[in-house]
Amino acid sequence: MKLADLIKANHNIMLLLPRFGIPLGFGEKSVQDVCAAHNVPVDFMLLICNVYTFDDYLPDINQLAATNMQPLVPYLKESHRYYTGERLPHIEAHLHHIADRVEGKYGQILKQFYADFRREIEDHFKYEEQYDFPVLQSLQNGERRKRSQMSHSQRSHSGLVDKMNDLPQIVYKYLPGNVLPEETIELVFDILQLSADIQKHALIEDKILIPYVDWLERSMK
Amino acid sequence: MTPLVSVLIVEPSDIICEGLRSLLHESGRFNVLAPMHDTTSLEERLPAIRPDVLIVNPTLLSATPKQQLAAIATMRPSMPVFALVYQYVECSLLECFSHIIDVRASRSSLIGTINDALKSGSAKTVKVETDENYELSDRETDVLVLVAKGLSSKEIADKLSISVHTVNSHRKNITHKTGIKSVAGLAVYAMIHNLM
Repeated sequence: MKLADLIKANHNIMLLLPRFGIPLGFGEKSVQDVCAAHNVPVDFMLLICNVYTFDDYLPDINQLAATNMQPLVPYLKESHRYYTGERLPHIEAHLHHIADRVEGKYGQILKQFYADFRREIEDHFKYEEQYDFPVLQSLQNGERRKRSQMSHSQRSHSGLVDKMNDLPQIVYKYLPGNVLPEETIELVFDILQLSADIQKHALIEDKILIPYVDWLERSMK
Repeated sequence: MTPLVSVLIVEPSDIICEGLRSLLHESGRFNVLAPMHDTTSLEERLPAIRPDVLIVNPTLLSATPKQQLAAIATMRPSMPVFALVYQYVECSLLECFSHIIDVRASRSSLIGTINDALKSGSAKTVKVETDENYELSDRETDVLVLVAKGLSSKEIADKLSISVHTVNSHRKNITHKTGIKSVAGLAVYAMIHNLM
């Protein structure tokens, strides 16, 4: 299959390419060839593409065991960098631009909600990178490591997802509608896109990372 | 005499087209239009052809089937659109259709399915619920404010002298009515509506 056809089938896959280190301009090359050229295991790349394309797709443990999962942590970190380094600041700048033009308290309330949300999500990512990811990486290197708190970040995904659900609604339902309507609609679409992306990301952590770590631990016994 | 119901079939196979045409024709109720073999010019031609029923092979739809069906539904809102199924079709694709004709269907059930769809009127439409009330009740507002202040369900129950179960049921209704799920989001709702 051509990489271009994969993107034609689901354009969201384009967002994943930078996380794999795959640049645009791949012409008519196949997924296999592009992956080989950039040292991306094609089975892992397709696993992630499937998660992003099919709502009910979830690989079972046999499938994970047969997949080259070495790039999982680098992929997840690269996703974090994209969210915290690019999307969240972009949305914040846009949101402030609008909130500063809203009269009265509304703008300030919205900014505060966003600031709390952003801090929470950044703390969450930091925690995962500091405590959860090293557990997998040592297991992948054949070492065991204590993981007493690994389920911590898994638990709090639902809280983040709830806030991501609430943020666009607050913007389009409760903010006075006469301020920069076109830009507000654009902002809502940006938030919804990020929200869909992060929900898939959380799914990968909850339903792929965690079971995979469990399986590696069991198979080392 | 009731006017004939005009049916447009979009299907690449002549055998299937002709078989369907013949079955529908027999009943004397349908006028089967000249079939189309693909959907490329379907949207352009619909306004001129004005069929009452559209029967389409789902595999012929564009790469964005939902959008294409939505566009068709906007052009002819009262026209039921049937998926004509005789091979494997992705569930997600089939779900875009409100009606399905299985090629193995008997003569009578085929006619019955189409008649039922015509009777029930237009395909999937957004229904306007009129009986549902989205205003928060006074009690729900009390609970909302306490949730927004950061109290737990247990603390709210004690404060209002009601059971935790009742508090949780109020919380569920609040989320159903407002669409807001997080405590921080409910606090924003309360502040914006001058409840605190």
